[in-house]
Amino acid sequence: MFLNSNPQLNKNGELHHLLSIEGLPVEILRQILDTAQSFVGVTQREVKKVPLLRGKAIFNLFFEPSTRTRTTFEIAAKRLSADVINLAINISSQSKGESVLDTVANLAAMQADMFIVRHGQSGAPYLIARHVGEDIHVINAGDGRHAHPTQGLLDMFTIRHYKQDFTRLRVAIVGDILHSRVARSQIHALTTLGVPELRVIGPKTLLPSNVDNLGVHVYHDMAKGLKDVDVVMMLRLQNERMQGSFLPSPQEFFKFYGLTADKLALARPDAIVLHPGPMNRGVEIDSDVADGSQSVILPQVTFGIAIRMAVMSILAGN
Amino acid sequence: MTAIALPDAEKLLAALTAQMRPHVSAQTGLIGIVTGGAWLAERLHSSLKLKVPFGTLDVSFYRDDFEGKGLKHKVMPSEIPFEVEGRDLILIDDVLYTGRTIRAAMNELFDYGRPASIRLAALVDRGGRELPIAAQFVGTTLDASPQYSIDLERDERGRLQLVLQPKK
Repeated sequence: MFLNSNPQLNKNGELHHLLSIEGLPVEILRQILDTAQSFVGVTQREVKKVPLLRGKAIFNLFFEPSTRTRTTFEIAAKRLSADVINLAINISSQSKGESVLDTVANLAAMQADMFIVRHGQSGAPYLIARHVGEDIHVINAGDGRHAHPTQGLLDMFTIRHYKQDFTRLRVAIVGDILHSRVARSQIHALTTLGVPELRVIGPKTLLPSNVDNLGVHVYHDMAKGLKDVDVVMMLRLQNERMQGSFLPSPQEFFKFYGLTADKLALARPDAIVLHPGPMNRGVEIDSDVADGSQSVILPQVTFGIAIRMAVMSILAGN
Repeated sequence: MTAIALPDAEKLLAALTAQMRPHVSAQTGLIGIVTGGAWLAERLHSSLKLKVPFGTLDVSFYRDDFEGKGLKHKVMPSEIPFEVEGRDLILIDDVLYTGRTIRAAMNELFDYGRPASIRLAALVDRGGRELPIAAQFVGTTLDASPQYSIDLERDERGRLQLVLQPKK
């Protein structure tokens, strides 16, 4: 009964769509991380391709701009030998008034096997997943403030790569939690994988009012929040999602919450620094840290390809 | 069907090693197909005293039954710690049956480079081929009903054993 209530799982409890990390059993998260580990090897070979999804048509449906996520999904699909069709919807039929579901129905009629959906409205990928035929898979590539599961998973892969065991870690997520779908996916993933101490650090105006319910410790002071953490997960300050006055100025934000070498020194000496990109240097992160020895920001991008290959191939096989 | 007595895997491995010995050189690359073939490759590598480290292959991403079965089992990373290009290779599998695994393994190998040659060694050849594939080195041949699978197991002391069990 519980399994059937999760729209991401099929009747056997297997992953059919990836819409959110929330509610996914830990076994599925581990399966994705383990499968991604095997794909890392593939991307280091002479021929960086496997024939797994040969003949499948994967549509990148981006209703909101994105470079990194769209490109890494495209590379991942191509490395699985799928055919990828990129649609930037704001410049196609949507501007002529076609509804999202009409767009999707038309693409499904073109024999699509999978949709990768990025949308400004929370829940849009759920709407699409409910209306497509049961042989079509949907992956959420970021919806509004809600979720960005593949980003959360690639962050987990990166943490596991450098720190191995989640159950011994102290992790801090820093910055604009309120507007961040990345933060929500990270919190669900870290909690599911058994991180014992999860902290969020940010100004009151950028933390959701119910954030304590997610099982995290809330800090408003970087000096206290970063003390002895193993992993620092920075978030982008989301200017485009802010209406009204959440902050006095980016300079003010940097002074209190920007990650500098001085602030990072409060974390454990072997702490790693993640950022989902694109970075606002000098707003949430200082260049010395972003390009420094503790930064794993570029490996995150590389691992993102392996994670997306893993998610696509697991979905296609279920 | 009546149970058939399975031969001792350790004796078969000794026979296989003796067969292969005159046909390997210092530069031969052994590649074991996970998991049984990888255990065999490890043992063969040590008893044949080969210089080149042995490789392991998980053919999950190349299987022809992905459409029906998906990625259910845990996939292990393939690791080939030597240059495949131009090398004489020997693929090692525990049980040779339909030949589909070997087809997948050869496809994967060619994505690492163009080997000079590929030969095949199997501890057990149980017939039943569905593809034109033959092994050059064979521990033994066995005839078993299609309802049964023959699997290689390894205990905690590293001893190998063949088991016959009904297919799941």
